[in-house]
Amino acid sequence: MITPDILVARFPGLELGQLQEWIAEGMLRAEPGPSFTEIDVARIALIMELRDELALDDAALPVVLSLLDQLYALRRELATLRCTPPPP
Amino acid sequence: MADDPYGILGLKRDASADAIKAAYRKLARKHHPDLNPGKPEAEARFKAVSAAHDLLSDPDKRGRFDRGEIDAEGQEQRPPGGYRRHADAAQGARYDGQSGGSPFDDLFADMFEARRRAESAPRPGQDESYRLDVSFIDAMLGTTTPMRLPDGRSLSVRIPPGITTGQVLRLRGQGGPGRNGGAAGDALIGITVQEHPLLRREGRNIAMELPVSLREAVLGGPVEVPTPSGRLRVTLPAHSDSGRQIRLRGKGVAAHGAEPAGDLLLTLKVVIGPADAALDAFLRDWSPATMEDPRAALDFPA
Repeated sequence: MITPDILVARFPGLELGQLQEWIAEGMLRAEPGPSFTEIDVARIALIMELRDELALDDAALPVVLSLLDQLYALRRELATLRCTPPPP
Repeated sequence: MADDPYGILGLKRDASADAIKAAYRKLARKHHPDLNPGKPEAEARFKAVSAAHDLLSDPDKRGRFDRGEIDAEGQEQRPPGGYRRHADAAQGARYDGQSGGSPFDDLFADMFEARRRAESAPRPGQDESYRLDVSFIDAMLGTTTPMRLPDGRSLSVRIPPGITTGQVLRLRGQGGPGRNGGAAGDALIGITVQEHPLLRREGRNIAMELPVSLREAVLGGPVEVPTPSGRLRVTLPAHSDSGRQIRLRGKGVAAHGAEPAGDLLLTLKVVIGPADAALDAFLRDWSPATMEDPRAALDFPA
């Protein structure tokens, strides 16, 4: 089980308050506990990369993430569609 | 990564640290693999950009590279695009639209409906293409010819008079079968008209050479001429030279619809025939009434 403490230890420069902020804004999701899964870890890495490496500011970050979420949802739907025969 | 890191970032060798950072960010935003799923070339570009930045953003490494002490190889590489793998998999649904349900439900519903309708709609059969060789005479007079298809069916093809090479006959309903009650496709038959050793087409007229004896040419009179329309009796005018043309109306390409029949154009050709002592003797003793030079018209400048 991945706890907030493990995340803070794993990502240098990440603070608990920041984690809670992202969850409150809907940019990150947590299981009750709170605990996290592998995709959340990868998402934190992405958020930090977008913010620190690519210098996206706080206003742009949620917009980019929302568009990305829609893009990946569409890609998964399309992948499912390719495997599904058309209805009779 | 053996390419020049300055070139990869589009920088001059004296670029400042800020310029390096700015160039890197611009390219990284563009090529980040998580922002470009399904574009492997973006990942390769991102790796090159990251490696170039790693080298040039470290003043110590950059100095050693500039002095030629190290090359651009051997840079540690961060594994990029870690989020993409999760987001493309089933667990990616964790970050789908907040309101629940896919934002594309209506779009996909439309696509399914369109596909379902297309599958069940009556669909006409395919047109099938064939080739057919037609003899010169058949193309001139028209005919009906049987044609065997590769699938064993036999078609009766009506060749209209005057057909030419390259024309395509369409036989309705003789192509591929339709689906869901759709009409069958058509058979498209491309026509090639064969050459003829004696006959030539000139529009709707047919040209043919007519050999005549010396006697027939001089005295004229009726001769029997074999033609595509059968043997015809033709009266030659007296004193007909080689090259004289005789027009037999309506004996060319047969009439078809609004098109009237063409003509048969006979071009006379005088044939002396085998040696004949009597003819030789006659001509030797013969003195023409007028001494006309048949070559008078041949007038070349000296």
